[in-house]
Amino acid sequence: MRRFPTLPVALALLVVAAMLPFVMTGFRLFQFTQVFIYAIALLGLNILTGFNGQISLGHGAFYAVGAYTSAIMIDHWNVPFVLTLPVAGVLCLVVGFLFGIPALRLEGLYLALATFALALAIPQILKYFEHWTGGSQGIVLSKPDPPVFLRAADARVHLTPDQWLYFLTLAVLVVLFVLASNLLAGRTGRAIVAIRDNAIAAQAMGVNSALYKSLTFGVSAAYTGIAGALSAGAVAYVAPDTFNVFLSITLLVGIVIGGLASIPGALFGAFFIQFVPNWAQEISKAAPWAIYGIFLIVFMYVMPRGIAGSLRLAWARLGRARAGTPTGA
Amino acid sequence: MSRTPLTLALLAVVALALGIPASAQTPGVTATEIKIGNTNPYSGPASAYGTIGKAEAAYFKKVNEEGGINGRKINFVTLDDGYSPPKAVEMVRRLVEQDQVLAVFQPLGTPTNSAIHKYMNQQKVPHLFLATGATKWGDPKNFPWTMGWQPTYQAEGKIYAAYILKNLPNAKVGILYQNDDYGKDYLKGFKDGLGDAAKKVIVMEQSYEVTDPTIDSQIVNLKNSGADVFFNVTIPKFAVQAIKKVHDIGWKPLHILNNVSASVGQVLKPAGVDASKDIITTQYLKDPTDPQWKNDQAYKDWLAFMKKYYPEGNTEDAFNVYGYTVAQTLVHVLKQCGNDLSRENVMKQAASIKDLSLPMLLPGIKINTSATDFYPIEQEQLAKFDGERWVLFGEIFDAGKK
Repeated sequence: MRRFPTLPVALALLVVAAMLPFVMTGFRLFQFTQVFIYAIALLGLNILTGFNGQISLGHGAFYAVGAYTSAIMIDHWNVPFVLTLPVAGVLCLVVGFLFGIPALRLEGLYLALATFALALAIPQILKYFEHWTGGSQGIVLSKPDPPVFLRAADARVHLTPDQWLYFLTLAVLVVLFVLASNLLAGRTGRAIVAIRDNAIAAQAMGVNSALYKSLTFGVSAAYTGIAGALSAGAVAYVAPDTFNVFLSITLLVGIVIGGLASIPGALFGAFFIQFVPNWAQEISKAAPWAIYGIFLIVFMYVMPRGIAGSLRLAWARLGRARAGTPTGA
Repeated sequence: MSRTPLTLALLAVVALALGIPASAQTPGVTATEIKIGNTNPYSGPASAYGTIGKAEAAYFKKVNEEGGINGRKINFVTLDDGYSPPKAVEMVRRLVEQDQVLAVFQPLGTPTNSAIHKYMNQQKVPHLFLATGATKWGDPKNFPWTMGWQPTYQAEGKIYAAYILKNLPNAKVGILYQNDDYGKDYLKGFKDGLGDAAKKVIVMEQSYEVTDPTIDSQIVNLKNSGADVFFNVTIPKFAVQAIKKVHDIGWKPLHILNNVSASVGQVLKPAGVDASKDIITTQYLKDPTDPQWKNDQAYKDWLAFMKKYYPEGNTEDAFNVYGYTVAQTLVHVLKQCGNDLSRENVMKQAASIKDLSLPMLLPGIKINTSATDFYPIEQEQLAKFDGERWVLFGEIFDAGKK
């Protein structure tokens, strides 16, 4: 079977993405920035659920922790926005790893319920630490400015805050996608997938199941946390109401629609959760979520393996070489 | 996947190309149209409020059918934000940058408006008559493009203070409040209203967290403090508990309940009619379930409007009176603008409303604004629960008066 030309396609898309800020309005750029942010969060969740087989209904909580880490650092200590991103990532890595340890005892639906509790609890926890989080009013931020060399009067390239955020998010997205594909392509990735496919067999082969599962949880939370931190900058406001249960469920919808255990699937899923609710609203103001539900059912019926899975299948058929074993699930 | 962004990119280029020549005049205004933007929670946890946006749209339809405003029709673009701040930012940016509205009118919710507050003022787009009771929307010095509409929590607190100073100068007041911005806003207004008398009049303050299971011990403490007036600043769930507990322990204070929990169906009846009798609150709109307005011309007009333009709407829902009345306020401002529909003039006219009385406001309540007063409604009247419904009494109190 002819391999899909991943690298050239990715580079071509990247070139297109890098040109968008110069032809689009600020509002559209904001939407695309949101898509990239969702894609990072979805990739994090996909590492956990798609590749490792642990279901999480509570990733909105890590998204919230990332967003508040960034917002509190900016608001209380005037830390530059860019520096808050790695801090949010590391903090969520630790929180995710620690949450992953007790979660080891829970399988499948039971883990889903435990993480669901996390999603339910987070808005109330945020309101409780009012001194830091601003309570139910949240924290209002200023939109992060581009670094001085991109906005000074004598600078060669001038970027608006919207353009700067877009490029920053795109850069973070590329770095995190490359890291994830390296991680998943190697030994670690095989161990992560082996645990999903058959935990006992994996352990018999010498895979430390407990350690890998907790680590996967941590890495997954770190990705989602970085996405949350980026969203704090893009929206320039954090409030407990943003991070409700629905956010966690939206993320889960995103990875299933995009394609489980697929890295580009995260990007497809992000486009879906960003734009389909808007289209649904254009079609019917009275019942946008009914339309959204129809979209969901149609997608699942037509593309049972998500968008990424269907594209893979289409490519395989196109190549008329269906001898090889299908990869992934 | 590549089709979606490509299509969007092309659309954006086209939109840009089309947008440039139009920008010579005020966005959203043509010879025949005024474009007004709005966001409402048509879905999500706060979707009960969505009827406000629908009532407003219905009212603008009525205005258009009757000839519009100085010959221009209102094009009301209302979008769903699901009560989510990021979605509100996205939708409002769409309204301002893509739909090019003249003004954003009545976006609903405190968190959603907080998220767009700075943006609206940076873009210098009128952010008018927000559907939230927080106090921060009336700050013309720092946010000259943002104006609230309904009485704020602080204003309401001041009104109770004025009532106590006038009628019960020797009162001993015990306060229960929710420990967040909403509760503290009421407390601040109440203390500001009392002024120097606050130290003498307030004998105890108790607070609770939204996450607390009950507030029983706070009520017992308040009773033991010897207070004879109970100022109850709680949301519906805790208001029911408080009313019951006060009744159960045999405490008989003058019970003042904040307007947030003044719902007969949701609070007073569940708490028990006996326990709720004689509770006092404030009102500023005509309650559509109140029989005293049955033959009132304003009520009849509103009912006819609902039947004709919003037949699926609930004619017992006070939110539909709210939407109708706030839409009338905007129409008044746009009429005052005449042919100068610049964004500056819209704000100028919004900030120079003089003694405007609208049909569904309580008789005597007038809307007033000025360059330094961005709080349109500051008057309210007290009402007492007679076991069936709220009965208005006493004069109109004005929280704006010093």
